[in-house]
Amino acid sequence: MLEIARRFRRDGLNPVEHVRHILKEAHDDKLNVFISIDDEGALASAEKAEQRIRNGDEGTLLGIPIAVKDNICTKGIRTTCASNILSNFVPPYDAHVVERLKQRGCVIIGKTNMDEFAMGSTTATSNIGPSRNPWNIDKTPGGSSGGSAAAVAAGLCAGALGSDTGGSIRQPASFCGVTGLKPTYGSVSRFGLVAFASSLDQIGPIARTAMDVAVLYDAIKGYDPKDSTSVNKDYKVTSLDELDLKGLKIGIPPMFFGEGLNHEVEKAVREGISIFKELGAEVVEVKLPHIKYGVAVYYIVATAEASSNLARYDGVRYGWREENSRDLVDMYASTRSRGFNDEVKRRIMLGTYALSAGYYDQYYEKASRVRTLIIEDFKEAFKACDIIAGPTTPTPPFGIYDMLDDPLSLYLLDIYTVPANLAGLPALSIPCGFTTSGLPIGMQLMAPAFGEDLLLGAGITFQAHTSFHEERP
Amino acid sequence: MDYDVVIGLEVHIQLLTDTKIFCGCLTKFGDAPNTNVCPVCLGMPGVLPVLNEKVVDFGIKLGLATNSTISERNIFARKNYFYPDLPKGYQITQYDYPLCKKGFLEIDVDGGSKRIGITRIHMEEDAGKLIHDEKEDYSYVDFNRSGVPLLEIVSEPDMSSTKEAVAYLKELRQIVMYLGICDGNMEQGSFRCDANISVKPKGSSTYGIRTELKNMNSFRNVQNALEYEISRHVELIEQGKQVEQETRLWDAGLGVTRTMRTKEESHDYRYFPEPDLIPLIVDSVWIERVKKTLPELPREKRHRFAKDYGIPMYDAEVLTQQRDVADYFEACLKFIDAPKDVSNWIMTEVLRVLKEESIDITKFNVTPEMLANMIALIKKGVISGKIAKGVFEEMHRTGKAAYIIVEEKGLLQITDEGVLREKAKAILDSHPKEVKSYKDGKVQLLGFFVGQLMKETRGKANPKLANKVIKGLLEE
Repeated sequence: MLEIARRFRRDGLNPVEHVRHILKEAHDDKLNVFISIDDEGALASAEKAEQRIRNGDEGTLLGIPIAVKDNICTKGIRTTCASNILSNFVPPYDAHVVERLKQRGCVIIGKTNMDEFAMGSTTATSNIGPSRNPWNIDKTPGGSSGGSAAAVAAGLCAGALGSDTGGSIRQPASFCGVTGLKPTYGSVSRFGLVAFASSLDQIGPIARTAMDVAVLYDAIKGYDPKDSTSVNKDYKVTSLDELDLKGLKIGIPPMFFGEGLNHEVEKAVREGISIFKELGAEVVEVKLPHIKYGVAVYYIVATAEASSNLARYDGVRYGWREENSRDLVDMYASTRSRGFNDEVKRRIMLGTYALSAGYYDQYYEKASRVRTLIIEDFKEAFKACDIIAGPTTPTPPFGIYDMLDDPLSLYLLDIYTVPANLAGLPALSIPCGFTTSGLPIGMQLMAPAFGEDLLLGAGITFQAHTSFHEERP
Repeated sequence: MDYDVVIGLEVHIQLLTDTKIFCGCLTKFGDAPNTNVCPVCLGMPGVLPVLNEKVVDFGIKLGLATNSTISERNIFARKNYFYPDLPKGYQITQYDYPLCKKGFLEIDVDGGSKRIGITRIHMEEDAGKLIHDEKEDYSYVDFNRSGVPLLEIVSEPDMSSTKEAVAYLKELRQIVMYLGICDGNMEQGSFRCDANISVKPKGSSTYGIRTELKNMNSFRNVQNALEYEISRHVELIEQGKQVEQETRLWDAGLGVTRTMRTKEESHDYRYFPEPDLIPLIVDSVWIERVKKTLPELPREKRHRFAKDYGIPMYDAEVLTQQRDVADYFEACLKFIDAPKDVSNWIMTEVLRVLKEESIDITKFNVTPEMLANMIALIKKGVISGKIAKGVFEEMHRTGKAAYIIVEEKGLLQITDEGVLREKAKAILDSHPKEVKSYKDGKVQLLGFFVGQLMKETRGKANPKLANKVIKGLLEE
């Protein structure tokens, strides 16, 4: 991304030509990455950007082609959440982050594929079918922001926005060999992000390098009065310089290297950690005694919130509606049973159950209490270390249809990513190696709330001394 | 057998904020359907609520006015259910942590007073409105009301008669109107009431099974519905049957309550904390700031009026019904120290004109000073009470001061005994028959002669003097 910005000014790369080229590639794409492509809008903003660049405007993001996950609202461009129920929905407003990117002169290429309503980790539940991993088209790019991560890896955009509720930025970033950041809860406005689980959702950037991610993060972060959960504080510009890692304490929770971790992944991540050591960091063991309940807590909280958040898709005001219904109840029932796929319905039912009279205390209430314990675990751990490192996912990318009939095993793969969402902490996934068959592996770094500087600094430093992020599919 | 009646009331009031509770749309009533709407109050994908703090101000006001404890930590909750007028599929309300708790109201009934406990007051959003057209096989939804702020006031089951229930409602309605937080309009639904009611044998310590009543949009409806329901419960009990726990609708046309939904059909609202809103902290500074804006409350004012101005309790009640009327009354007293006379004029003439012409007293042509000055003219004997009525109408019509009207129209009272005697003599002379009858003992004819004299003077004769003069002449 920074590279393209430089070429716009030094190498005579023309922003309009570049975007035209990207659009052509996007239309020829075999990876099923885009749900919508906005040729007209993209070319119009590229032309404006070209003008500004010619007038000497140094804005880094001017003319930079960006892809946006299809659960982030874009004014005048269909925003479907990969769902039949929103297949015709065109928002009359931009999400706050989209507004911010447009102000910076970004070119929005199109809307990327995802799991329906971001519920999944493969994009296989999308109503347009799964996206494919650019490193091996039989493998999943991960999800739910699989389209965004694959688009970045395949060079169909310079950077992308995803959303992360339980790992949906980090896991696909890891599977596609790119860098992805789940920011601190409250640092990026959720206004215009179609809600899945409001207390966990965060929008974040995906790009090739930590530096590019930092630039995009700077563009989208900050207080937004339209989101009551966005935090009003001083947001400094993230430094793009290398960090002096001498004395940096990296915490390793043994649980992150426990049962179920693929040995190739373990090897690559351990090697990644030793690179940090060589750069001067110290490694300490930290205990996170309650994160073993993370997945269980996550699937109660997330589904409970989702069951309520998705109630508005009832066919009354917008979106798809079953027209041949007998009465009101029938309209609700058939609109929702035909509008949503199985996974979304499964989660709505789970969440509805968890909130039901007589079960609330046992499930939602209890999960909320364990969530507090997990938050406390991290507070305690960060007394002993500056960042926590481990694998982003327990396995390398798997086959597109491998896990379709086994939702429970699929849920368990979220084990390393959900704690950051439950605790509202920032977490970064960076490429740290490849399997013998050439599939990317990612390492996750976590920091205390608003510790993005540290995370990105560590990522930038790591990438200054490694070349995993430079590999191309 | 004798029975105890147990009534608790839930009141929803629509707040008079300019904008809605979670977005910037206007709360105006009566605009074209779906004009005061935006993505937030339409529940579109990805939008988020932002709390209008004015709603909290209003809630604190009512909390203080009802002696409630204001909660420091407030959490909004989602109440989940499907209905086409509910755009998000849930209502944002408060559940475990309401804004106000443990308050009470004093009501005046049967010459005594009673304290009615208020369990809680919480903030929430209103839903839209369905519009059914009988000619069509579909319905319309108007979302103008969606997101209009409400306060729900839940009482303790402390009322033991319909009379007390109505007194509580009237008191509460008067308070919210005094506070300027609600217009109190029951017909248009800005002041709505549901009742929980049960009946038990007198003195029994266990409650009877309760029913919930809805759809009572006037005090009369509340009264009738509760009375109907009490006798329905009593009848069932006397027949040895069970009262079913259910929600019933009052049918004002037929004068009966009907089952709306049974206990089995009741919703599981799946309340949980609203994750889109952070906890609302109400600190003492906020409460103090609101406290400073509290007016004198109706009951306080009522008792003060009766005591300080020596007017009957009935007068005090009428005068304090509306805050502006009470203010008008007190403003008059700045110009004339005659509370009962002022009260009489306001209760009869002023309120009649205001009602007939539906004008607001704050926009009334006859200012307190003008009314006071007119009453002063009566008290000084410059005009009679009867003439004053005409003068009052004229003041209202033209905005002119009373003394100017009196002067222009020559309405000065005739208090010159000589003048009246001349005119009286002429009247007696022209009615010899009646004079004879009087002298023969038909003394009630006195009124006839006085009437003639008043007619002759076009009402300007001082009535006392007219009496005296006629009587004097007849008895000469």
